[in-house]
Amino acid sequence: MTDLPRNQHIIASGVIAAIGTSVAYISFTQEPADAFIFPRLISSVFAVLAIWTFAKAVLGRTKVGNGISLPALRNMLPGLVVTCLYVFWAAKALGFYTATAIAFFILLTLYDPAPHTHAQSWVKRLLITAVFMAVMYGLFAQVLNVFTPHEIFF
Amino acid sequence: MEFLFYMGDVFSPINFGLLVLGTVGGLILGATPGLSPTMAVALLIPFTFQLEPQQGLILLGAAYTSTVAGGAVSAILLKIPGAPANIATTLDGHTMATKGEGAKALQVSFLASAVGGVFGVLLLIFLTPVLAQWALAFGPSHLFWLAILGVTVIGTLDSSSVVKGLLSGCIGLWLATVGFDDIMGAQRFIFHPAVSGGINVIPALIGLFAIPQVITMFTKGRTKDTAEVITVKKHPIRFAFVEIFKRKTALVIGTLTGSIIGLIPGVGGQIAGLVAYDQSRKFSRESEKFGTGHSEGVIAAESANNAMVGPSLVPLLTLSIPGSPTAAVLLGGLLIHGIFPGPDLFMNYPQVAWTFIDSMLIGQILMCIFGLYIAGLAARVAQVPRAVMASIVLGLALFGSYSVQHSMGDVYVMATLGIAMYFLERFGFSAAPLVLGLILGPIAEANFIQGSMIATATIGIGAYFFTGWLNWLLIFIVTASIGYSIWMEVMMRRYTTKDDAIAKEEALS
Repeated sequence: MTDLPRNQHIIASGVIAAIGTSVAYISFTQEPADAFIFPRLISSVFAVLAIWTFAKAVLGRTKVGNGISLPALRNMLPGLVVTCLYVFWAAKALGFYTATAIAFFILLTLYDPAPHTHAQSWVKRLLITAVFMAVMYGLFAQVLNVFTPHEIFF
Repeated sequence: MEFLFYMGDVFSPINFGLLVLGTVGGLILGATPGLSPTMAVALLIPFTFQLEPQQGLILLGAAYTSTVAGGAVSAILLKIPGAPANIATTLDGHTMATKGEGAKALQVSFLASAVGGVFGVLLLIFLTPVLAQWALAFGPSHLFWLAILGVTVIGTLDSSSVVKGLLSGCIGLWLATVGFDDIMGAQRFIFHPAVSGGINVIPALIGLFAIPQVITMFTKGRTKDTAEVITVKKHPIRFAFVEIFKRKTALVIGTLTGSIIGLIPGVGGQIAGLVAYDQSRKFSRESEKFGTGHSEGVIAAESANNAMVGPSLVPLLTLSIPGSPTAAVLLGGLLIHGIFPGPDLFMNYPQVAWTFIDSMLIGQILMCIFGLYIAGLAARVAQVPRAVMASIVLGLALFGSYSVQHSMGDVYVMATLGIAMYFLERFGFSAAPLVLGLILGPIAEANFIQGSMIATATIGIGAYFFTGWLNWLLIFIVTASIGYSIWMEVMMRRYTTKDDAIAKEEALS
């Protein structure tokens, strides 16, 4: 067992066990039965292995996986929130290129080690964002002809 | 010698241009820490939609080959392996660079990579048609067991926990059943409209391989990378040739080890490099010099990790079973063009298959030539700040997964799977078996249903799936791989301290 509190392993394996048993339950109860023969086969193994993993976590016998430390979680969280907003909302609502430019700039600002107090850092970030967007537009809109969603903006 | 017949196709302007592009791009991407070869190839797939199948494969194959070799640049000049396959290269390569022999280390590394790579592709050329002929005799029960074999072998050999590896494989197999059933048309596990058409493999691959690496970069916060590129002094290339010739034992050991390991599904370049390094040290007359900047270490490791590239594609092209995560991504690249690899590939699409394989052969030589010239540039690119790299990968993942079917559903699938995979990886699960399950699930199910129908009308399911020497052989390999992995896990735990295990996991993640 790693130094990580056992609770993290219990929660993670508990979620997987819940999914595994749900999949098995659905496979064995849904109709038509013929369409679920293969899912029944794999969900049985899935559920058994998931419950086994959960039981090991509860007993504190999990051997692999370091989990997530608090500093890592603190560092990751802002980026993860921006990523989720970007992918699940902004890309569709604002338009791909606008959302990408905003998300790119925010992520650069959040994780760039350059000091925020220097005007030069901000100019550099803006320039990098502009170059990246130009490349993305050239590649996807001009070369690959990908018609991305245009909503409020572009 | 059919491969010679299609060799000319590699040199058509577009094909050759793509080969050069893939090689140069792959060398730079490979040198970038945090960008694995698998992720680089997955992100490139959307760019192949508008290309002919063989052109798309040439680009992907070149990127695969050169990302593995490119990883040596950052391993030598920055002491950061560009990919897990280059871990062994760091041991002597970086020490050589600090002693002022950076150019020599890079030269021997690329020359050894080219020798190993060419040998590996030659194995691919000569083994594939033989195995493909043999595979023509496979029936549904054999193909079912082969698909299960693909998932279990990768699940057990590629993971630090056998149970978690198999569980990842099961999750992949389950995800493959989401959508409409092919025979009855019944809805299965459609819990969101985004997955009503099933889970598309390409966005799933992009998400599973790219997003965890983006989040991993986030976890480092605003810290600055301290690694500095070591400047290299000029070193005449002829001396590197002499060095390679002098160290031919390491070259032979590395090449053979890499080729054999490449043929075993699930055992990646990282293992090939480390095993070859270890074996070369055992057979070397100067074994005490290993780890102190000895060229034999670099030669063995680099020849091995490139020699495994060709053989790792043998199971994919002959049995449609990807032998590695990158081979699984290449399978995705084939599927989007409506080409399904397997024994029929060389009969139905000989031009696609042979031009692709030939391009890998030429690609090894190009990789060596370009590698020697752009190593310095690649090392500079490797210093691109993490924040920029993470944002670029995220943007490419979003646009790439959307462009597959112009569907936002694919984007949501990509992000959901990617974020979930990051957390799964932190708890000891691995993406490779999940991907294999997702790709091999439909093959396993189709052959299971077909086999069941035949069995019901003839000898019964038990006899059909569990008798016959080929079924027995496949079941034996499945069981043996699980048994071997459990045994290895027990032995490793017995001899590894907790600190070692934590350090290893951190290094791999």
